[in-house]
Amino acid sequence: MIRTALDQIAIQVVDLHKYFDDAAVLRGVDFTVHRGEVVALLGDNGAGKSTLVNCIAGKLLPTRGEIQIMGSSHIINSPHKAQKLGISVVYQDLALIKEMTVVENLFLNREIKHRNQFLKRLGWLDKKAMRQRAKKLLRRLGSENIELEIPVSKLSGGQQQIVALVRSVISGADIIVMDEPTAALGNEQCNQVIELIRLLSTQGVTIILISHNLGQVTKLCDRAVVLCEGQTVADVAVKEVDQLALLALMSGVEPNRFSA
Amino acid sequence: MSSVTQVTAKALVYYAFVLTVVIFTFVLHNSAFFSVENWLNIARQTAPVVIMAIGLNFALSVGMLDLSIGAVVALSGLVAAMLLPDYGVMIASVVALSLGGAIGAFNGYLSLRLAIPSLIVTLGTMVFLSGFVRYLSGLESIPILNKPFLILFGGGSLFGLPSLLFWVIGIAACVYCIFNYLQLGRRLLATGANSNAAQAMGVDTDKIRIIAMSLSGMFAALAGLLYAGRMQSARYTLGESELITVIAAVAIGGGSLMGGQVSIWGTVLGVWLIGVLNNGLILSGFSSNAQMMMKGIILVVAVGITYRARKS
Repeated sequence: MIRTALDQIAIQVVDLHKYFDDAAVLRGVDFTVHRGEVVALLGDNGAGKSTLVNCIAGKLLPTRGEIQIMGSSHIINSPHKAQKLGISVVYQDLALIKEMTVVENLFLNREIKHRNQFLKRLGWLDKKAMRQRAKKLLRRLGSENIELEIPVSKLSGGQQQIVALVRSVISGADIIVMDEPTAALGNEQCNQVIELIRLLSTQGVTIILISHNLGQVTKLCDRAVVLCEGQTVADVAVKEVDQLALLALMSGVEPNRFSA
Repeated sequence: MSSVTQVTAKALVYYAFVLTVVIFTFVLHNSAFFSVENWLNIARQTAPVVIMAIGLNFALSVGMLDLSIGAVVALSGLVAAMLLPDYGVMIASVVALSLGGAIGAFNGYLSLRLAIPSLIVTLGTMVFLSGFVRYLSGLESIPILNKPFLILFGGGSLFGLPSLLFWVIGIAACVYCIFNYLQLGRRLLATGANSNAAQAMGVDTDKIRIIAMSLSGMFAALAGLLYAGRMQSARYTLGESELITVIAAVAIGGGSLMGGQVSIWGTVLGVWLIGVLNNGLILSGFSSNAQMMMKGIILVVAVGITYRARKS
């Protein structure tokens, strides 16, 4: 039986705790994200967003609780493990190598190697195959205007963001966590990135978005998970709440008191 | 603007090479400068230095520096010369090369483990090894009589060209392929350009750095074998004075001393340029003092241009 994409749970965080020495940064975080959903992770500074993302990315080990990927529980003890589970995090600095070309960046450390067995052993690259694959993928994602053979430093901020996203897709990520993807972008570039996020989600990629731009969140996301002082205080469908209510939740004020 | 300065940084060595040859051709038209024999001689003399310089590109590609290569050259030559009479070419060269690789790997490991710059670690290794080769050789040079060794690494020739030239071209082509066509090359350059980003992409940057330093040491050891082969003997001074030539050649060749950028053919031409300059200066009646001054100037000018290109 074929199930619709949204039926499948991509990632489920259950009662996650993280202590640094005695300081509790995460004190019971619960949320579920379905496949193909775009979910915003909201919270004030210090709410625990970064710690949560680092736990998902395998950079930090949670003290208690579990993270389930596609229905089974995993201990994500290294970034490598996270990658293997199909999780990719696009940090604000994008982790692109500016001196290298777009196609070199897209395939860094997961290069396509030559078909010949001997050359493959040597690690000989199949540059043509990588170019073709990148071209095809960029066309599919509506970003064919990005030149493949120029250094990333020559691209605009939005294009760099798109390259970082496409790289996640090439790495086989099903779950992409993005940290403030549009914070440093102008309006038009912002829209390009948003378009790409929408497109990816229709293709079954799950996106968790950390953003302070509530306007964008309400426009782009299906749901918002709100953290406050290390706890999940709300998990709401974005259509059902307005920006003011979200703001109130983030700052720990009862929303009904706010809207009354 | 930026493209102009970048072209200058990469192409500098080509212009400088042609200019130097043209100048000396005019100045030295009555001498042996423009004879085939003189040019082959330059190629022979510079061959070990080219190999050292190519090896240094590995260290530089990951943003490290290897000052110990000069001392490794001497050690490798001496070890090979001492092993040759009893164990033959195969064992002597394999031991010498492995020793070079091991010293390089140790340099890399120590630098990462102690979190101190490779400049300092390899400075220490250089001084230590310089002392060690003096102790090992008792300040005597060791003659090499092993024919196959001398033919393979030094005096042999093929189609009328010295075998040393084939070593240079062969090694340069191999290393060029590593940096341009192999996954290892991508990892090396990524580590040197932005190690955090490389790490985020799953590159084991520590491992890559140790591999790079190890290759740097191994190529220095190969240079030691070529030196010993050409001189038909090994001496503790081999390679000792070539460090500055090597660094100047890499810089003028268009590689970056800060990492993430290499130019293999530029390096080869850079060493040849300095070789031609040395040769021309001697034929013009200058002393070796003038050569040293010239190398110093080349280093600063070349690095200055590379820096400007990077900044813009």
